[in-house]
Amino acid sequence: MSIARIPIGALIGLVLTAMFLIMAIFAPWIAPFGNGEIVGEVWAPMSSAHWLGTDNIGRDLLTRIIYGARTTIFIAVLATALSFTLGAVLGFTAAVVGGWFDTIMSRFVDLLMSIPTLIFGLVVLSVLPSTMLTLILVMGILDSTRVYRLSRAVAVDINVMDFVEAARLRGEGTGWVIFREILPNALSPLISELGLRFIYAVLFLSALSFLGLGVQPPNADWGGMVKENKDGIVFGIGAALIPAAAIAALAISVNLVADWVLNRTTSLKGGRG
Amino acid sequence: MAEAQSKARPKPRAEGALLDIRNLRIEATVYPPGEKPRDVVLVDDVSLKLERGKVLGLIGESGAGKSTIGLSSMGFGRGGVRLTGGEILLNGRDLRKTGAGGLRRMRGREVCYVAQSAAAAFNPAHKLMDQVVEAALEHRVLSRAAAEKRAIELFRKLSLPNPETIGERYPHQVSGGQLQRVMTAMALCSEPDLIVFDEPTTALDVTTQIDVLAAIKEAIRDTHVAALYITHDLAVVAQVSDEIMVLRHGKLVEWGGTHQIIKEPRQAYTNALVSVHQIEHQEHAPGVTPVLSVKNVTASYGGGTVKVLKNVSVDVFPGQTLAVVGESGSGKSTLARAITGLLPPLEGSITFDGRTLGNKLADRSRDDLRELQMIYQMADVAMNPRQTVGTIIGRPLEFYFKMHGRERDQRVAELLEKIEMGKGYADRYPAELSGGQKQRVCIARALAAKPKLIICDEVTSALDPLVAHGILELLLGLQAEEDVAYLFITHDLATVKSIADSIAVMYRGEVVRYGSKSTVLTPPFDDYTDLLLRSVPEMEIGWLEKAIQGRKMAGAGN
Repeated sequence: MSIARIPIGALIGLVLTAMFLIMAIFAPWIAPFGNGEIVGEVWAPMSSAHWLGTDNIGRDLLTRIIYGARTTIFIAVLATALSFTLGAVLGFTAAVVGGWFDTIMSRFVDLLMSIPTLIFGLVVLSVLPSTMLTLILVMGILDSTRVYRLSRAVAVDINVMDFVEAARLRGEGTGWVIFREILPNALSPLISELGLRFIYAVLFLSALSFLGLGVQPPNADWGGMVKENKDGIVFGIGAALIPAAAIAALAISVNLVADWVLNRTTSLKGGRG
Repeated sequence: MAEAQSKARPKPRAEGALLDIRNLRIEATVYPPGEKPRDVVLVDDVSLKLERGKVLGLIGESGAGKSTIGLSSMGFGRGGVRLTGGEILLNGRDLRKTGAGGLRRMRGREVCYVAQSAAAAFNPAHKLMDQVVEAALEHRVLSRAAAEKRAIELFRKLSLPNPETIGERYPHQVSGGQLQRVMTAMALCSEPDLIVFDEPTTALDVTTQIDVLAAIKEAIRDTHVAALYITHDLAVVAQVSDEIMVLRHGKLVEWGGTHQIIKEPRQAYTNALVSVHQIEHQEHAPGVTPVLSVKNVTASYGGGTVKVLKNVSVDVFPGQTLAVVGESGSGKSTLARAITGLLPPLEGSITFDGRTLGNKLADRSRDDLRELQMIYQMADVAMNPRQTVGTIIGRPLEFYFKMHGRERDQRVAELLEKIEMGKGYADRYPAELSGGQKQRVCIARALAAKPKLIICDEVTSALDPLVAHGILELLLGLQAEEDVAYLFITHDLATVKSIADSIAVMYRGEVVRYGSKSTVLTPPFDDYTDLLLRSVPEMEIGWLEKAIQGRKMAGAGN
């Protein structure tokens, strides 16, 4: 497949997403300064030394954004991966197995969903130590309820198709039915959901950090950076807007890519027309 | 609007033909993924003329463009289809040059449409009467009271039960055949000049089809409306139309009087259509030990409240075909579900190849499953759209025989050869196959398991007659080669005649007649078999009248 055939929107998305990923992976080599290093005045304006200026205690903002990308994307990716694996596998199983398993799982998920996610996250995180692992687990499990709902709904529809019945009549086990018959056909809605869920994970993490329960200082993450610099807005200093803009750019670019992947996976002719 | 408020606009009445289509060309743009969009011609240079009060049958297999032409007579192209050339003169006006407003004033006033699936065409949220009189009120042809009076008259003419009150029901409260007749009443209500019938009886059972057909024919005769009757069933169209037009790939093949088309077709393709269904199949005498023996099986849905199978016993002998016939709701598909173990029977036993089969699917051994295969009615949903043909046929080989790699590919190629498709198809996805090819792949998948019995659930009823004919021949050939037995579920008696060795007629969950093909199809018949046999359309002018007459006499006799 040639690059010329990728639509322009997807191309922009791909380039921006790749940029964020490179930033995240190679942060120590790209960043001009150290992560917690105080290198200038408080809230210095943009200059040739500090491209984006400095933050509330004089750290280089560009450096913080780059290191922040690392934490934010790392946690969001793992949390999304966890929520999808957990949600999709349980959702498909519930749809295929049915009966008491379905009932118990679905009611349990209803129970989790009936509590507002942010409040639930706050309660859990204020009890547990704020490490990356707990963050990922809490975010992943809370988000998996949504994925569970979607996967179950999609799988219930596919499960009654004749080709699934044909597989059952052949004597195939639940594993084959879930991963070879249902999953390939449920991929399109799941991928579109994946783009959205990843962004929700970023936003959720940022919200937690903003409230002080997410990534702990001095580690950088975009939500935390907004919090650190929010007081500057009163004085007309836009430092808080830069991490906010980074969140928005990531959100848009990831969804542009997800849309494009979605378009390609909906083809029933193996994408070769 | 002021103008419309006043009174119904008089219909333009031109001299000559009511509908005159000249050199019609219809195109659509297809968007193959990853390629430049291109235009395909759906209908190419078709001309037709329809006089007032006449019926023209449009016939052809799917993709012939018959529905597209039918809809073009309303100036409509479905789903981005464009009318790109020629003239469509209705009452002397060219619909291609008429604007949206003009078309809206014409539709439902001069032309009405009867869709194939009435169940999908009615709005489930409104009462039937409101929908039937809608066009007449919209165009101010009649007042509400007059329109309802006319609708009730039409209900009576179409022999609907309780004509005075049926309009008060909602679409889901009447049967499929009744709904189709209500739709015909809806089309007739605004006194149009032309009605387009788009396969109005295709989705119905034979016994229902004959009623609807008779009702439509009578209504056409009494109201002097002209009609385009679209169908793929020549026997049906022969009953209602004055002239028949045969179409193929969007082009005109032959156009002539009904008698000429049926008795003296001039084109080879028409001849093929007319002479279809004449497979000679010599029936075999029943063997000694049946491969499948169903004994006194009773089954139900919903925990025993509604019994769908009542005390059913049938035998299938090795290498032979048992046809199970009946209308929808007779329990024939439920019988298949009971045999395959998808619906555990409440009572009775199923013996397969000398072993008693477990009631539930989970209780059956892998060999039981392998030797009893199933082919579905809808080939496109019976195959996983995300798997290639190679995977679909190859999976039973892997699963049952542990074949892998080259050995498996070799066998897949052999099987593709058997179903008369090349090995190049192994890499294709189901969406890249035609309807007939899809069904062939399903047959190959069943064969891959080396079964002793294949259950065929209405395998040809979704296919065009010529394609279905090919599938039946293939099945018969494979039976001779592989010595496999078939349990063939169908509602089509013509199919039964051409392939069965023995027949079981089912009605409301019971087997009402069972025996070898010759005994079942030889009189004296029981009432239901008689009705079923009389209802199969024959390619003969005047069959419908005779059949109705025969049914009335039988009814009087009882």
